[in-house]
Amino acid sequence: MLIAGASLAGLRTAEALRDAGFGGRITLVGDEPHPPYDRPPLSKQVLSGWVGADQTELPALRAVDADWRLGAAAADLDLAGRSVGLADGARIAFDQLVIATGARARPWPVAAEAALDGVFVLRTRGDAAALRARLAARPGRVVVIGAGFTGCEVASSCIDAGLPVTVVEATGAPLLRALGDTIGAFAADLQGAHGVDLRTGVAVAGFEDDGTGRLAVVVLGDGARVEATVAVVCLGAAPNVEWLAGSGLAAGPQGLLCDSACRALDTAGQPVAGVFGAGDVVRIEHPRFPGEPLRTEHWGAACEQAAVAGANILRADPDLRRIDALPAFWSMQFGACLKLAGAPERADATVLLQGSVESGRFVVGYGRGDRLVAVATVNQAHWLSFYEAQIRAGAAFPPTYRRVDAPISPQKELAS
Amino acid sequence: MSEAREGTLLQRILDADSRHDPYPLYDRLRERAVFQEPDGSYVVTGYAEVAALLGDPRLSADPANSPAPPSPPFSFLNMDPPGHDRVRRLTMRHFGPPNDPGRVEAMRPHLFGQATLLIDALRGRDEIDVVADVAYPFPVTVVADLLGVPREDEPKFHVWAEAIVQAADWDPRDRSPSAGVQAAIMELGAYMMGLIQAKRRDPRDDMLSRLANDDGPEGALSSPELTGVAILLLLAGHETTVNLIANGMLTLLRKPDVLARLKAEPGLETPLVEELLRYEPPVHFTFRSTLADVDAGGVTIPAGSAIRLMLACANRDPARFQHADRFIPDRANNAHLGFGSGIHACFGAPLARLEGQVALREMARRLVDPVLLDEPPPYRINPTLRGPRRLRVRIAGVID
Ligand SMILES: Cc1cc2nc3c(=O)[nH]c(=O)nc-3n(C[C@H](O)[C@H](O)[C@H](O)COP(=O)(O)OP(=O)(O)OC[C@H]3O[C@@H](n4cnc5c(N)ncnc54)[C@H](O)[C@@H]3O)c2cc1C
Ligand code: HEM
Repeated sequence: MLIAGASLAGLRTAEALRDAGFGGRITLVGDEPHPPYDRPPLSKQVLSGWVGADQTELPALRAVDADWRLGAAAADLDLAGRSVGLADGARIAFDQLVIATGARARPWPVAAEAALDGVFVLRTRGDAAALRARLAARPGRVVVIGAGFTGCEVASSCIDAGLPVTVVEATGAPLLRALGDTIGAFAADLQGAHGVDLRTGVAVAGFEDDGTGRLAVVVLGDGARVEATVAVVCLGAAPNVEWLAGSGLAAGPQGLLCDSACRALDTAGQPVAGVFGAGDVVRIEHPRFPGEPLRTEHWGAACEQAAVAGANILRADPDLRRIDALPAFWSMQFGACLKLAGAPERADATVLLQGSVESGRFVVGYGRGDRLVAVATVNQAHWLSFYEAQIRAGAAFPPTYRRVDAPISPQKELAS
Repeated sequence: MSEAREGTLLQRILDADSRHDPYPLYDRLRERAVFQEPDGSYVVTGYAEVAALLGDPRLSADPANSPAPPSPPFSFLNMDPPGHDRVRRLTMRHFGPPNDPGRVEAMRPHLFGQATLLIDALRGRDEIDVVADVAYPFPVTVVADLLGVPREDEPKFHVWAEAIVQAADWDPRDRSPSAGVQAAIMELGAYMMGLIQAKRRDPRDDMLSRLANDDGPEGALSSPELTGVAILLLLAGHETTVNLIANGMLTLLRKPDVLARLKAEPGLETPLVEELLRYEPPVHFTFRSTLADVDAGGVTIPAGSAIRLMLACANRDPARFQHADRFIPDRANNAHLGFGSGIHACFGAPLARLEGQVALREMARRLVDPVLLDEPPPYRINPTLRGPRRLRVRIAGVID
């Protein structure tokens, strides 16, 4: 039994295997030198200094009794020969393989600029430690590039630390791409209220250094120049699939394609016997959201997929477990707690379900046609499980039932 | 005896004769997760259903939406959002996070001191009444000191409080709170209003003074709002905790092995109090009404229905808890409904937990060879806030 990728999904797969009674040998191959650790705190508690970057180790839920090969990257996959080659030249044979190599931060595309001192990304413990150290040295203005979840959380941590922050976002608002207009407008106001210099609708054109390899100026597409010694590039994550090239698996820039039983698919769309995928590396067919497979780069999805993959390794077709949980995500930024369930990427309209945006406490529903497909809560997490049940039950959109704290006249909006 | 004479299963549960042990009836009640009573109201018994409905925005806690208001309204306990959230949030500013995070933990020495005084006073006695000697005076003193209500007024508000909680004895055949209850509420209200005015003039270091003189970003509660909050906190703060402590001691006396473990294992009081809140909860049910048709447990509850959510019954649901009828002091994954759930989840839970932990640990540690004298003990008639009226115990002494 070989698991490639020794982080959240890899560890939880090994645990699920042992839970299912697997008594054979488990080898975990991990690129990073550390035992599995948790990433969500890296942009939150670690950046704000509450928790050290080396203190986010993942608790083991049970003994897995595995052979850990840490600091070893998988470099190629030979499906016919059932072996994986490592970067150091070794080869490991397997009967069953779980691909859990996750994703990496998308770097700034111009290599010379990305290499400047002061330009950071945030994905690993090392990234977080380096950025935290730089922020603690009070560098002056920080420029955050990209206002997705990670970018917003980084900006929030910088504001908490009393540092001036400029956020540059190519779309019209923070979180817009993932969560639509209502939350986008709210997030923009929130950043403004906390003193963020938010620049939307404009991309970063490039970085200039001070002549000694240190970042000095971030140049925007509209010609504006922002003086800063720190820039954090938060342009999303790219799945780690390069090592699967030529293996015959359906792996591409969008990830490794898996069916809802977490079985890896080949380029013909057929499940490959004994090969599974879990976590940020996959693009998965979700039984509740037919159509295009989903990329669910969320902590909870990694755990569920690991549990399903681990269970299915010992099962055959009619008994296979399928993923079922709704994609779910949380974020803490600027004092706001944001939670999401469902597939907002599927929505064609949004509606305010409860509360009001001005009060900073509200629930937004996402609909596709006449069905509710996702919900986001802002400082209203106690209603989330109700709406999750509604989504699972295929509830109508927009809802017409009477409920507490319903907006006076809910405005149905078209998603951008 | 026939069902006809006895009335429905629910009516038998509400009957004072069942108070000492409603659990066998709860087991039968749970055969249907959701059902309708002859009076038109609905009863919810299963854990999954109760938990879901406590988080359902189609349910209202505002008596104005109820066809049968169960009791007079008490501030945010009986309000819906957004009003509920605002009043609760403003009140929380002086009780816990995010504005005042260390508040309850800072009360620990005071709690310990009060428990010590009460138990010290038992020296020389060979028979005690756990209710009158500890379970009642302890939380009353604590909540009075927290709010800044003079202790010497305790006899007054004790009478009012007793009269008011009787209103929770909701009898489906007689729905309006009695004149006595109305009068008690008026008097307690007038008393609190006076006290709040005094706190405005002469603020002290207590919660009512802080609430009365709040200058937070959302402003302060109005005087009538604050009066309602003060009454709610005073009542909710002791009429429940007294039952936690009394039910807890009773459970320990019935289970000597657990009592022995509590004495021997430091820290066991923490999960033990959670298990008590599941197994012998002080609050047995709560009420809501539906704003829309709601499907639950295979039944459609129509809009405008009164619902009784059976917290104590749900807490023994074998579909949620393994060995649901066993008291397991260190039970894992104990998501009981003893404090409710959702937006109305108990405001005072951190304080109530601490009170229960301190009182039970100190009694277990200090009372020598306690023996239960009445089995079962006599109960208060209230089926909602359920607990012994008196808990006589023989002791062989009190150690330091
Ligand atoms: C800063 C940050 C904040 C986040 N916050 C949240 C949040 O608030 N809520 C939430 O739901 N999710 C959050 N996430 C996402 C969450 O952390 C991921 O969904 C989760 O880490 C996915 O786990 P994984 O094991 O699939 O992938 P990863 O954690 O990416 O692990 C993959 C592992 O495989 C290793 N690897 C890569 N290539 C190879 C190879 N060829 N050979 C061997 N090993 C390899 C990698 O080094 C890595 O250790 C956050 C992520 C980040 C980076
Ligand atoms: C063991 C002791 C206690 C128990 C078992 C208990 C139980 C409960 C329960 C079940 C509810 C929810 C009611 C509903 O959903 O309708 C509740 C609400 C409440 N409790 Fe407690 N409680 C206890 C102690 C306290 C204390 C000590 C205080 C105050 C200091 C307190 C204050 C409140 C308030 C204000 C509410 C209303 C919350 C809201 O509506 O938002 N309680 N309690």
